[in-house]
Amino acid sequence: MPSLKDLKNRIGSVKNTRKITKAMQMVAAAKLRRAQEAAEAARPFADRMTAVMAGLAASVGGSDGAPRLLAGTGSDKVQLLVVMTAERGLCGGFNANIAKLARTRANELLAQGKTVKILTVGKKGRDALRRDLGQYFIGHVDLSEVKRLGYANAQAIARDLLARFDAGEFDVATIFYSRFQSVIAQIPTAKQIIPAQFDAVEGTDTSLVYDYEPSEEAILADLLPRGVSTAVFAALLENGASEQGARMSAMDNATRNAGDMIDKLTVQYNRSRQAAITTELVEIIAGAEAL
Amino acid sequence: MADTMQFDLVSPERKLTSVQAREVRIPSAEGELTAMPGHAALITTLRPGILTVVGPEGTADYAVTGGFAEITPEGVTVLAERGLPKAELTAEVFAEMLAEAKKAVAEAHPSVVDAAAKVLADMEGLGAHMLG
Repeated sequence: MPSLKDLKNRIGSVKNTRKITKAMQMVAAAKLRRAQEAAEAARPFADRMTAVMAGLAASVGGSDGAPRLLAGTGSDKVQLLVVMTAERGLCGGFNANIAKLARTRANELLAQGKTVKILTVGKKGRDALRRDLGQYFIGHVDLSEVKRLGYANAQAIARDLLARFDAGEFDVATIFYSRFQSVIAQIPTAKQIIPAQFDAVEGTDTSLVYDYEPSEEAILADLLPRGVSTAVFAALLENGASEQGARMSAMDNATRNAGDMIDKLTVQYNRSRQAAITTELVEIIAGAEAL
Repeated sequence: MADTMQFDLVSPERKLTSVQAREVRIPSAEGELTAMPGHAALITTLRPGILTVVGPEGTADYAVTGGFAEITPEGVTVLAERGLPKAELTAEVFAEMLAEAKKAVAEAHPSVVDAAAKVLADMEGLGAHMLG
């Protein structure tokens, strides 16, 4: 049975914890809004880019001269997994979910006899995967110093990927990130970026026949590397919004749990105090009667 | 025919501008190109240069690098990897861009080194234009 003083201390410390989680929740909410705005603002570029590339890919894709970034190397032996996670924890299952998806995929590929290479973006993913997949790591991108994600960050990652691709280090690259659906739902997603894959083009574009200057092939060759940067950038932004969303709901839960705990401890505290008073009274009365 | 068309300049991070324009002069890979309302549908890549928008309220210049322009009879959409109003293109920003382009030439894969060198040359041309 903890003493009254112990209980009081515990209530005090849980109250402090509640203050911290509440503050973190509010910070996450503010950051989430900013991250969502950034993701929103980046959408027009990515959408147009994808639409134009998809149109081009559909017309050029079949021919022999198709760029390697689109056609691939003709093999899928060496798979590069780019695992994008957060730099910081305390955001619920966010990092764990992405790491889990990547681990499952890596194990599948290994079971098929493929070579797996892993590039991690974000410290938490590296930590989570290091124990069982550490020997496949080929690099790590540290974004912990980055205050505000910019296109330049994505470009740097994309340039690294393209250089490795040109050097023949891998055949297929897949990025792992979390798609932001809502504050309570972030969906861990795998997306193949090299060779580029496009969803079926929507009907609106086919109504207009474009001239291409210079040739379709040249434009496509110019755009595909940029497409990789765009895809990485979009994933980084989605991840940023997801991270803040996940942290916000995790901290909301933590705040609520702290509140429940305070209530429970307070009841216990009041009971023990009452018990102490009753005991004292009984002693006094018993003492008085004995006289 | 309408005498203005929709013009959008979009960078990866945000939409830079969205206005009505009478004509847009685009630094395309094949040379300068002026798009006016009713232009045939065309997609072209950009080279580093100055993009000029002539609208009812006057003209505006933007420095753009990397990306492409999509021209339709109804409007022009320019997707530039980097785009900023000419006034914001200071010597410092430009020096940084130039250094980036030089680095790209130095690191470029043999098959694309010509393209990277061309970008650098265009970039230097842009600097001459800006400072001149």
